[in-house]
Amino acid sequence: MTELAGTIIAVGSDAPAGPRFRYVLRLADTSLILAQRLGEWSGKAPALEEELGLANTALDLLGQARLFLNYAAELEGRGRTEDELAFLREQSAYLNFALVEQPNGDFAQTIARQFLIDTFLLELYEALQHSADARLAEIAAKAVKEARYHARYSAGWLIRLGDGTDESHMRSQRALDTMWPFVRELFDADELDAQMVNAKIAPPLDAIERLWSVRIDEVLRQAMLKRPATAPFKWYGKRGEHGEHLGYLLADLQYMQRAYPGASW
Amino acid sequence: MQAEADAAPLAVAPAGSDPRLHAILDTVLDPEIPALSVTDLGIVRFARQTASGQVQVGVSPTYSGCPATQIIKSSIAAALHLAGFSDVAVIEVLAPPWTSDWITANGRRKLRAYGIAPPAESVATPRRLLQTALDVACPRCASTATDRLSEFGSTPCKALYRCTNCLEPFDYFKCI
Repeated sequence: MTELAGTIIAVGSDAPAGPRFRYVLRLADTSLILAQRLGEWSGKAPALEEELGLANTALDLLGQARLFLNYAAELEGRGRTEDELAFLREQSAYLNFALVEQPNGDFAQTIARQFLIDTFLLELYEALQHSADARLAEIAAKAVKEARYHARYSAGWLIRLGDGTDESHMRSQRALDTMWPFVRELFDADELDAQMVNAKIAPPLDAIERLWSVRIDEVLRQAMLKRPATAPFKWYGKRGEHGEHLGYLLADLQYMQRAYPGASW
Repeated sequence: MQAEADAAPLAVAPAGSDPRLHAILDTVLDPEIPALSVTDLGIVRFARQTASGQVQVGVSPTYSGCPATQIIKSSIAAALHLAGFSDVAVIEVLAPPWTSDWITANGRRKLRAYGIAPPAESVATPRRLLQTALDVACPRCASTATDRLSEFGSTPCKALYRCTNCLEPFDYFKCI
């Protein structure tokens, strides 16, 4: 118990690491938390094909999270490993977008969430391939190939559901309306985003938003779904401000390392 | 159509490769698709021996999260140890990222013989990949009257199809 408490304190002090570390952590945590969410479908997806689809997407995202976490650990330079970053931080030290921690809900909600974030990551990684940070550019070039496949899958399902039965149409519109307020955060540039743009490490978010919007509108048109109105609500998961949902997810994610510190296999 | 695709110069010859080492790597099989060697798959980026005698092999992962990557690295090291090289370093090479375009013509033939349809498209025009996939030919009867059953399959690199001509299901190697 003493040892565990010590571990938490030692790795829980996240305060002054550099801006680039925090930016990479945003990308890492977005992939990591989304992978964990999608993994929750294992064993209970609506069909075997979708079980494979969601689990394979989760696996790609987990692989991307590891690439980002390893880089974040190097940038931080305090000897933390990818595992310590993934498993031994407090909730407020996770910098994922709030969108990806939202519960799976029904299949329509999972697909709506996935479509919104896949389309964002697709455009972001396309642009990050030209980052002034060579390592980020390399990771993005790898990740964008997988993001493309994910974006095709989630858009395909949104179209099938939206342009499906009355029930699937109603549920997918409801899912879209529920997830929509969380997209504000993706494009609302804060100080860290501005610093990254100035250093030519990250693309300007308004440019990403324009590209994102074009594709979102095209898919929504095919899906016969209405684009929800812009919500005034804002939530900044990327600054460590999370809702209660993340706590339950982290309890699952971190269980093994909290119960058996240092366990490995 | 298929013959043309096989003849296309899809593989990128790894720079600075030593033919002796390559011959050994030709025997290292992908654990999930044992019909293919790591060289058929196009994931070996270089194989060389340094002045100090260390053998260095550069390997690119196919998918970021592919669990076979670790096994492949160990298998490469083991094969080289068996061939008498004691000092072996397997180095992961991320950039430029591996693409299904790098599967060799021989690899594509082996895939088809094993019952897996090789990638039907090049990734040279990546935005095209956001559209519906092109026709995929059945690896058994070569009919293009095939349906996609699932975008994802038994491993990260495959999707699941069925042939409406010979009625057999088959795996398809995704374009990425």
